[in-house]
Amino acid sequence: MSDYAKIISPYKDLPGGIIEAYHALQNKYNYIPEDAIAVAADMFDISLSQAYGVATFYSYFKIGPRGRYVIRICESAPCHVAGADDVIAALEKELGISMGETTEDGKFTLEFAECVGQCQGTPVITINSQPYVNVEPEKVGEILAACK
Amino acid sequence: MAEEVRIVLRNYGKIDPLNIDDYINAGGYKGLEKARSMSQEAVIEEVRKSGLRGRGGAGFNAGTKWKFSYRAVADEKYVVCNADEGEPGTYKDRIIMENDPQSVLEGMAICGYAIGSRKGYIYCRGEYPYVVDILNQAIAQAKEKGILGDFDIEVRMGAGAYVCGEESALIESIEGHRGSPRFKPPYPPAEGLWQKPTIVNNVETFANIPIIMEKGSDWYAGIGAKSYPGTKIMTLTGDVVNRTFIEIPTDVTIRQVIYDFGGGIREGKKFKAVQIGGTSGGFIPESLLDTSIDFDSMGAIGATLGSGAVFVMDETRDLVDVTERISKFFEHESCGKCAPCREGTKRMHEMMTRLNAGQGKADDLEQIEQLGSVMSRACLCGLGQAAPSPVLTTLEHFRNEYMEKLG
Ligand SMILES: Cc1cc2nc3c(=O)[nH]c(=O)nc-3n(C[C@H](O)[C@H](O)[C@H](O)COP(=O)(O)O)c2cc1C
Ligand code: SF4
Ligand code: FES
Repeated sequence: MSDYAKIISPYKDLPGGIIEAYHALQNKYNYIPEDAIAVAADMFDISLSQAYGVATFYSYFKIGPRGRYVIRICESAPCHVAGADDVIAALEKELGISMGETTEDGKFTLEFAECVGQCQGTPVITINSQPYVNVEPEKVGEILAACK
Repeated sequence: MAEEVRIVLRNYGKIDPLNIDDYINAGGYKGLEKARSMSQEAVIEEVRKSGLRGRGGAGFNAGTKWKFSYRAVADEKYVVCNADEGEPGTYKDRIIMENDPQSVLEGMAICGYAIGSRKGYIYCRGEYPYVVDILNQAIAQAKEKGILGDFDIEVRMGAGAYVCGEESALIESIEGHRGSPRFKPPYPPAEGLWQKPTIVNNVETFANIPIIMEKGSDWYAGIGAKSYPGTKIMTLTGDVVNRTFIEIPTDVTIRQVIYDFGGGIREGKKFKAVQIGGTSGGFIPESLLDTSIDFDSMGAIGATLGSGAVFVMDETRDLVDVTERISKFFEHESCGKCAPCREGTKRMHEMMTRLNAGQGKADDLEQIEQLGSVMSRACLCGLGQAAPSPVLTTLEHFRNEYMEKLG
């Protein structure tokens, strides 16, 4: 069995389990490898386009490579007024990339997100789903340095 | 000064959420035990009489909803807990699940008994993987104790689609599909998950159930506003001094929320507007702050209680800019199934961008109002229907801000 099949197969008999399988893939790779979608289509006995349709519907899933550290910045209204734009500017400057891009060494990816439910501490970012609250632009360097 | 009343959060900070014995010692699972000593009809009647209405936004009487599923004849029925919590500015369900997961499980089990279901799902948003861990541990402990009897609960994860909070979209997602809302009727209580009768309730709704069973409907119905009794957890964001969560009786006013609990506006500035219920809620001006937060009072002023998010903006905030940001959210989150929303959210965002950039014409204001009024009636689900609300309410109460920005 391929690696992909091994990750997907525990969910094969779970009704509606394809989304859980995609989570498992993304947990492992930080994204959903393109080829894994065909494997999922096969295992869940649905068409390739259906399998793609599911994966692309959900913004938490990303098909194709991204960095080892996925940094998502909440731009919902409460984070917006708390200065999310300044945090974005600081992250872009520090990493030398724009939102939506990945650093050349494949370490960091910057993405927009909507509210991640940590609004007691706006502005909020998440790094590989772990939230960082009350992020100040000046602290961005420090936060990135902790990503080894 | 208004005081907090902690019913849903009665165990907050008092028990170890990952120790079921703590919950039991604090009186947990007495509600379930009592429910099981009653007939199913009696349980449903007790919930109905308490007046508890859904805390997920639509405000439907929980007991009345349960009755539909109870009466439906089927070989299988489902109980689904809506923990998708995607409404910007809202984190109350997370607070409940992180601090007292067993109360949610108990509420679901009581519902399961009442309607005749043996299977529950918790649909938890993908952004809360740490909450999923807590829920799974809590379920494992409850199973080990056998306290849920033959009622089984499974956690499923969402994946970053706001629309999946809508109950029929949520059901599609559990089934492993794209999360597009269904045409209704049939409604989920009659035909939901895998075409079986399904009760979808919010986390906060379920967390209210055990204590209602334990203390009785009269007790509950006597708290807060008559037509929407009980408490509501509110999450305060924006320019308030205390960015925090509170649980308050539903007859507290918006002004009390902002000043008594929120501590007023930051840095001594003046209040300008508050948006309640999340990003799909209406903007409320100073003149309406003495409205009580219950569902019907909010509806009467053209606003919503929604999820209970309270987003406060001070005198320096540019409401056209905030509203543009919100209109982008809806364009992004529209699932695309129906044209009025797919096209409408896009055009609305376009016009808002133009207005915010100082390139709008007076015509745009009329067009945007017309578009908004069509969308609120023609869109298939609540997402598209509510999307124009921030635009329409800012135009109603803060039109001068738009006028000042016209090109
Ligand atoms: C776009 C949209 C998003 C929604 N998001 C949520 C949500 O995150 N959580 C929730 O409980 N209800 C949400 N709802 C409401 C649900 O459709 C449904 O009314 C609710 O889960 C029923 O539970 P309740 O009666 O306990 O409130 C949403 C509705 C719409 C239209
Ligand atoms: S209103 Fe919007 S989100 Fe709802 S079904 Fe139509 S396109 Fe989808
Ligand atoms: S608004 Fe940014 S985390 Fe909720």
